[in-house]
Order: sequence, then structure tokens, then C-alpha cells
Amino acid sequence: MSETNTQVRDAAGVDLANPNLTRFDIVREGARRDGVEIVHYEPQYPAGSKGERRMTRIVAFFFLFTGIMSTLFVVAFIWWPWEYELGPHASKYYTPVLGLTLGLALVGVGLGILTWGKKLLPHEIAIQERHDGPSSPEEQKLTGTTLQFIGEEMGLTRRPLLKFSLLGLLPLGAAAVAVPVGMLIKDPHHPDVLFKTGFAGATPTNPIRLMHDDGTLVRPEEVSTGGQITVFPNIPGGASNHYADSPTLLIHLREDDAAKLNGQLYTINQGSTWSSFVAYSKICTHAGCPASLYEQQTNRLLCPCHQSQFLITDNARPIFGPATRSLPMLPISVDKEGYLVATGDYKVPVGPAFWEKD
Amino acid sequence: MKRRKLDLKALPGKSAQEVDTRLPVATPLRGVLNKVFPDHWSFLLGEIALFSFIILLLTGTFLALFFEPSLQEVHYDGSYLPLQGVQMSRAYETALDLSFDVRGGLIMRQMHHWSALLFMAAIVVHMFRVFMTGAFRKPREINWIIGLSMFWLGFTEGFAGYSLPDDALSGTGLRIASAIMLSIPVIGSWVTTSLFGGEFPGEIILTRLYILHVFLLPLILLALVSIHVGLVFVQKHTQWPGPGRTNKNVVGERMFPRYAIKQGGFFMLVFAVIALMGGLFQINPIWLFGPYEAAVVSAGSQPDWYVMFLDGSTRLMPAWDIRVLGYNIPPLFWPTVVLPGILSVVPMAYPWIERRWKKDYASHNLLQRPRDVPDRTGLAAMALTFYLVLTISGGNDIFADKFHISLNAMTWAGRIGILVLPPLAYYFARRLSLGLQQHDREVLAHGVETGIIKRLPDGRFVEVHQPLVAPDEHGHTDLPYVGWTVPKKMNRLGALGPAVRGFFRPIEQAPPPQQEQEQPRDEITSGKH
Repeated sequence: MSETNTQVRDAAGVDLANPNLTRFDIVREGARRDGVEIVHYEPQYPAGSKGERRMTRIVAFFFLFTGIMSTLFVVAFIWWPWEYELGPHASKYYTPVLGLTLGLALVGVGLGILTWGKKLLPHEIAIQERHDGPSSPEEQKLTGTTLQFIGEEMGLTRRPLLKFSLLGLLPLGAAAVAVPVGMLIKDPHHPDVLFKTGFAGATPTNPIRLMHDDGTLVRPEEVSTGGQITVFPNIPGGASNHYADSPTLLIHLREDDAAKLNGQLYTINQGSTWSSFVAYSKICTHAGCPASLYEQQTNRLLCPCHQSQFLITDNARPIFGPATRSLPMLPISVDKEGYLVATGDYKVPVGPAFWEKD
Repeated sequence: MKRRKLDLKALPGKSAQEVDTRLPVATPLRGVLNKVFPDHWSFLLGEIALFSFIILLLTGTFLALFFEPSLQEVHYDGSYLPLQGVQMSRAYETALDLSFDVRGGLIMRQMHHWSALLFMAAIVVHMFRVFMTGAFRKPREINWIIGLSMFWLGFTEGFAGYSLPDDALSGTGLRIASAIMLSIPVIGSWVTTSLFGGEFPGEIILTRLYILHVFLLPLILLALVSIHVGLVFVQKHTQWPGPGRTNKNVVGERMFPRYAIKQGGFFMLVFAVIALMGGLFQINPIWLFGPYEAAVVSAGSQPDWYVMFLDGSTRLMPAWDIRVLGYNIPPLFWPTVVLPGILSVVPMAYPWIERRWKKDYASHNLLQRPRDVPDRTGLAAMALTFYLVLTISGGNDIFADKFHISLNAMTWAGRIGILVLPPLAYYFARRLSLGLQQHDREVLAHGVETGIIKRLPDGRFVEVHQPLVAPDEHGHTDLPYVGWTVPKKMNRLGALGPAVRGFFRPIEQAPPPQQEQEQPRDEITSGKH
């Protein structure tokens, strides 16, 4: 190392016209002019040595391996059956075969390049000076004064009118903001948006029937005691995502549970149950997931997203987890033809809470 | 006329001259070729993020050629039989088509998803490396801030991508995102309805997320990546302390050829890992989840890993609803809006906080070993523990299910853990750092433990130490600590002699065994007597 070191030092200011200079001398001189000192430069293996030949063979092997794997990849990509078939079929292995061949091809080229770089190229230690820290005070002054001069030339301090006229440009900025905001903005207080669901049109005299997601209507006898189903408003698209706030859980409580619930109904929920049936909004009041995991034994509803738990025998009051609000209750009844109906919309907005939601 | 003979050998030189007469690049180009980079494995973590980002751009462009972000209702008519005739959105249909009806589409989708996960993971690990080694200190504070911004941009970008296929999982995630936006005081409902074009889910949200996912965010990320790497280039990389290394130089290899070639090989290996994962490990099988329906969710729905810590914080949040004058701040606001806000601002301010705290206003180009800055290492351990408790809580239903623990107990463990464990982690990491520091000093003062026990004439047992240099008359060596590894094992001192290269058989001549020399090794030999 020390020998190379002195050579480098001596090379300072070499005469590039000197015909005796080796190529490496010129390289080192170039590096020196870039503030880089090559203090150690040594092949890992002597030229033509057994070790060098071995490393060359390894690199060649990796590249050959990549060639084979890439060929296999192309062959598989074109000829392996790829179209989906039900059941066990070679097409199920299409993606794994592609991944394996492509991955191994890339492993080969990666290891080949790394071996080439790490084993066949000379090992070196180079030192480059850092030039951080501030610019020289002189430079700072020159640039600073130039900037100040530009500022003064603009003449805002000398010409007050110019300053005030700049204020006149503010509406242009307002215009730039107004357009995108105006294009995007939607009033959340439009009644349909956050405050009403698909049951909005229902009244005791003109109720909306409940339906399954396939559009068939719901009769009380379909739900066994202790059972629950998901129901939707029987309106066009009532079960679609267009009415994402309307999915409702219809629960057939056991007799004693129904008595317990009816005994402690909130004022707002008075008269909303029918017989031992109760309907709650399925949309969690915490973050809007469907709170649909029903524990029959404990009469709890669990939201799988953040584990809020609601007690259905007590107005679906939250009893664990981050939710703070009860699930709204849908007023239900049965019409003359024996179908379950909603006799009104939810009395409080369903879904997650927000600033204006009391 | 005689045709001029084309001299192929002179062609490169001649064309280089032609270029240089028009655009004088000789000097700046040589500067780039000769630029010195320090080398250490921990400097490659950021590279993984960079390489995954490149792969994300490549695979994403391919996916965009086939995907249509439309919520228009269609009936599925593709190759995947179990979903035949099912009503779904056009977005979900095209995502299914990408998986089943486009040759090689599935591996592209899976590589895209895996590289997104790897991108975020590499960012997080890289960020820990930068934090724990003090690489964020002056003059590199800006790059630290850019890096943190890229984490949150990548987070948003990943979430937008997760939402696009409109399967059951992504719809649920989007619904939670809408609830999070709703929870913002005063403007929440306005922001949400404006973004969704009305009520959730509306008809327009995927179009907007799509332009965010394929245009705006990648563009900003690309710009920030360029600035980030450009600043590393201009400010020069930090380096570990070591022989010849000072605050004013960079010791390493010139960029070309060896350093650049190693980078190229490493890129190929990262690419290879992503290709293998994309082909062999299934991820996000949207055809099993079904299309998004507002009424349907399954237990064990988890977001991508880098979102889980916010899911966890949401789960742990107590049910505190603040209600004033008919207005309210829902509990969702704190863990999903305020917490990320704190988690972005405080780390961004940390370089300046530490400057004041440690009264260190100097520029630093040498890295610090984590043990040498116990307070900062303690903070890192604290942050990591905080993050892990939240991430585990993000899957606490899975833990409860697999280990037969009560779900509520898991929630309570998380609530208590998030308050108790981070301070404990701080304490232990700090003590550990101090202990390691002390051990380094011990080796410098007394030498390496040899494992040889000597019995003294008076019956005591002592361990023989190998001093690193010739000791003074008290058996002490007075070596200064220079901020770099201190040998802790005899092998590090060459006690085994030089290794012979070769795998099954030697590929070089073993050096002849050295003659026993009179060296300050007598303590060891005395142990053998």
C-alpha cells in the first residue's frame, strides 16, 4: 500500500505528453484532478492465475445459467397452458413456472455481475476530499449582493403603487383555487347524502318492504328464533352499492331477550320493534364496516374491522371497542300480506360519526 | 470518388470528440466516473427501496394497459367460472381479466403488489438505519425530511392501489378511509362528499384514486426520489469511522467500474427476489374475496402490512366521543388523523430537536454506532416498540383466534402495552448501549477474552486476556476508542492464522506456517504450560 501511495504522490502534475506514461498513470492523474487519491489498487488474482480462471468460469457459468433460464421462461410463456381451467390443471402452474424461471434467470445474471465486479475487478481504496461547509465569505457576498441588487431593481420599495397593484393580482390566485374546489365540492348536508338511507320514503301508511339481496321479500317466519339475516330496502337497486348505507340486520330475538329489549328501549327507539323482531343498521357507527358477526349466545354484534361490540338486547349499545354510538334501529312492522316492512327511515343518520352529527 | 475507409477502432474516440465539441462533457463525466462511494451493507437498504420503485413503475405501466377504474355495473363473463354471471364493477372485472384472461397478467399483478410491500419495508428499515447511525444530522436534514415524506406518499400510493381492484377487501378499506375523512372536525363531511362526489361509494372515486395512483403520486415520488438520490450524490455519502476516514474525506471505491457493477448486480438480485415472490407466493387473490358489496365483510380482513399500525391504533382507541354544543369529534379522529400527523411532524423535526438537546451544531459526515448514542438508540427502540405493539394490535383478531386468547384481552393488552412497553424499551436499549460501550473500553484497556482460565498460586482463577498492543507494566493498554468495531474474539486477531481460499479444495497455496516469534503473546503461552 505504501508503495502505491508514494507513486501516487509523485504522479502529481504529470506531463500528459510524456510517452512513457502508462494508461493507469493517466487515469490516476485524472482522478487526482478530481480530488480523488487512489491509495490502493490491486488485482484480486494475478493475471492468468488459477484463481482468476476459476472466477472467470464461475461468471461464465452464471451467464449461461441465465441464458438457459430465460429461454425456459420464454418457452413456458408461449407454450405452457395458461388459460384458466376449473380443477387441477397445468394452467394452475403457469404463474409459478414463470416466476421460477424469470427469478432464477435474474439470480444468475445478478450473481454473475456481482462475481465479475467483486472478484475479477481489482480491489481499490480511493480517498476523495469533501468540500462541504459554506461557500467562501467572498462568494457569499458576491451572490448576496447580486440578489439584493435584483430585489432593488424591481423597485418595490421605491414605487409603492407597484406594491399595491400586486395585491390586485390576488383574485387571480383565488380563481386558481376556486376552479378545482368549485368543481369538486359537494354539499354533505343535502339530505340524501349523509342523513338519509334507502328507507327514506317509508312512512307508517306507505311503508317500504324489506328484501333479501336477491330481491325476494322477507316474511317473519323465514328467520328462526335467535337467527339474523341481512335485509335491504325493496326499492330499485336497494341491495346495490348505490345504497351502501342501507344494509340492515334483521334479528329474531328469543322471547326473554325481546322482553328485555322492549323493557329498556331508548325513547327514540320506542315502537320500532315488531313482536320479537328488531332491525339494526348493519353499518358500524365507528368506521362504517358491516358489523355483522352475531354471537347468538351473548347477544353481541361484533364489527370485524375494529372489534367494536354492540349489545342487541340493549338498543345495540356499544359495550367494547372504539365505537361510541349505538347502531340505529329501523322501525319495522308487518303488512297485511305478511311481509316485513320499514315504517320509516332510521331516526338518526347511520354510519360513522362526524362533526355535525349530533 | 474513393470511399473513405471507416476506421472502426477510431470510431469511439472520434464520436466522443464530436460529442465533446458540441457539449463539453469530458470534465464533468470524469468527475462522475471518479466519484468515490463508501461501502457498507447497511447502505444498500435504501437501494432496495429505489430498485423496488423502478420495478413498481415497470409492472404498473403494464397493468395500466389492461385496467379500467370504472364503477359501472357489469355481469362477469370471463374465464373464472365460479364468478360467472356475478354482478360487479368494471374495475373488478378488468382486475379479474388481468388475473385470468391476460397472458402473464397474474404474475405482473403479484410482482406489482410484492414490490409495493418490499418498497415500504425497505423504506422503513432504511429509515431506521439512517436514524440509528445519525446519518440525518447536519448537513442532511433536508434529505431526512424528503425520506419521511416519501414514506407517507408511498403509504398513500399503496393504499390507493389497494383500493383500485374494487374487491371486498379494497371496498372495506375505502369505506374505513371515508369514515376517517368524515371524522375530521368542521370540514370532515365536506372533504368526504367532495372527494367521493357525494355519498360513499358514489360513482367517481375509483377514477380519482386511479389518477392519483398512476399519475400524481408516482410523479411526486419520482421527483422526490431524484432529489433524494441527487442530494446523496452532491453532499456525498456518509461513511463509518475507520482507518484513514475523517469528517472531511470519503474513503471507498470510485463509482466506475466496480461500484456501479455491484449496484447493477444487486438490482438484478432484488428484481429476482420480486420475480420469485410474484410467481411463487400468492398475494391478494381478489377472485376469492368477491366483488365489494357494502353489506359483506369477513372476519380477519387485514390491510397491507404498512397500514396495519394505524388499524391497530384504531382498534386500541378507547371509546371517547367529545361532544360540544351539538358538534362532536369522533374517537376515530385521534388514532387515524392526529397520530399520523404527530408521527410525521415529530420525526421531521427530530434533527433540530437533537441539535438543541445534545448541543451539537456541527456538520457530521461520519456515522455513529448505535451504542455510542444511547439516548437516540433508546428512542429508536421506543419507536420500534410503539410501532410493533400497534402493528400486532392491527391483527389482534388473528392472534386471538390462532392462540385462543380472548379478543378483548388482546385489545386490553395492546392498550396497556402501548403505554408501558415503549418506555421499557427505551430503558433497556439505553442500558444495553452503555454496556456495549463499556465492553468496548474494557477490550481496549485489557485485551480480548481468550477463554483460557488460569489458576493463580493463591488459588484464584482468572481469565487470560490478549492485549491488542504491548501493555504497560500494569498489564493495561491505553488505546483510544475511535467509533468503530473493537475485536472481541481471538479469531478477529488472526489467532487461527490466514484462511486458505477455496471451497472443496484450496485454490491457492497455503502460506508456510509462521515461525513462533517473540511477541507479547506470552500470557497465552503461559496459560498453556
